[in-house]
Amino acid sequence: MTGPRIIFYILAASIVVFSILSVTSRRILRAAIYLLFVLVAMAGLYYMMNFQFLAAVQLMLYAGGIVVLIIFSILLTSQIDSKLDPPKFSHLLGGVFTAVGGILLSTITLLQFVFKPSGIAAVGTDIRSVGRQLMDTNLVGYALPFEVISVLLLAALVGSIFIARKDRV
Amino acid sequence: MNLQSEIPLDYIVVLSAVVFFVGLLGVVIRRNLISMLMGIELMLNAVNINFAAFNHYLFPNRLEGHFFALIVMAIAAAEAAIAIALIINIYRRFATVSVDDVDELKY
Repeated sequence: MTGPRIIFYILAASIVVFSILSVTSRRILRAAIYLLFVLVAMAGLYYMMNFQFLAAVQLMLYAGGIVVLIIFSILLTSQIDSKLDPPKFSHLLGGVFTAVGGILLSTITLLQFVFKPSGIAAVGTDIRSVGRQLMDTNLVGYALPFEVISVLLLAALVGSIFIARKDRV
Repeated sequence: MNLQSEIPLDYIVVLSAVVFFVGLLGVVIRRNLISMLMGIELMLNAVNINFAAFNHYLFPNRLEGHFFALIVMAIAAAEAAIAIALIINIYRRFATVSVDDVDELKY
């Protein structure tokens, strides 16, 4: 067992355990905190794949943004000491059947296919080359999706302010 | 650090499948809107792991999966902001966030 392998197993185990806890916990604030642990472990996974920028964005956007937003909305909408209703038996049966069946089906299908690492020389993933590619207008650049996403974020910003406004005209 | 030589790609893909279906389980068994939103976030993250892993293992000469994951994250942020604005508004009108009680289209 080498160092990266041990770290990967720890990250994978914490992702699986905390995601199951986050879904099954009946205290909603705890579920949000377990979701935060899952997201941080996923940032570690990105870091192990040499995607440092993606790991930083994951930490900032998910751990710093979305989880805080979810916690605020929990504080606004629910009593802290109240527990979520236990799921109806039919929902529980259907959900567990779908989840376990889906995991088994996709695992069996995936393990039949042999993925061969291509061994192509990796392009640099430092912030300089990521930024150059993100703003490049050539064939390997991503300037158009970047601009489209900025317009989408502006629309989402305006839309969410409009929806959550108190004095609707 | 190089994950390629240590861990086969199958492990990461299976991990992502497990997280995806656990998120789906959360969407199915919970009736609270915020819990369902958390399940959706888990599913989006599982997909992101796949994009990054295929980029890292199979096509490391370009950063396609990296940027796709970045864009999925931006969409997820926009989606969470809109969803929470809707949830706050629903709570203000119906005084509940359970999907079973919110069953009227026009108030």
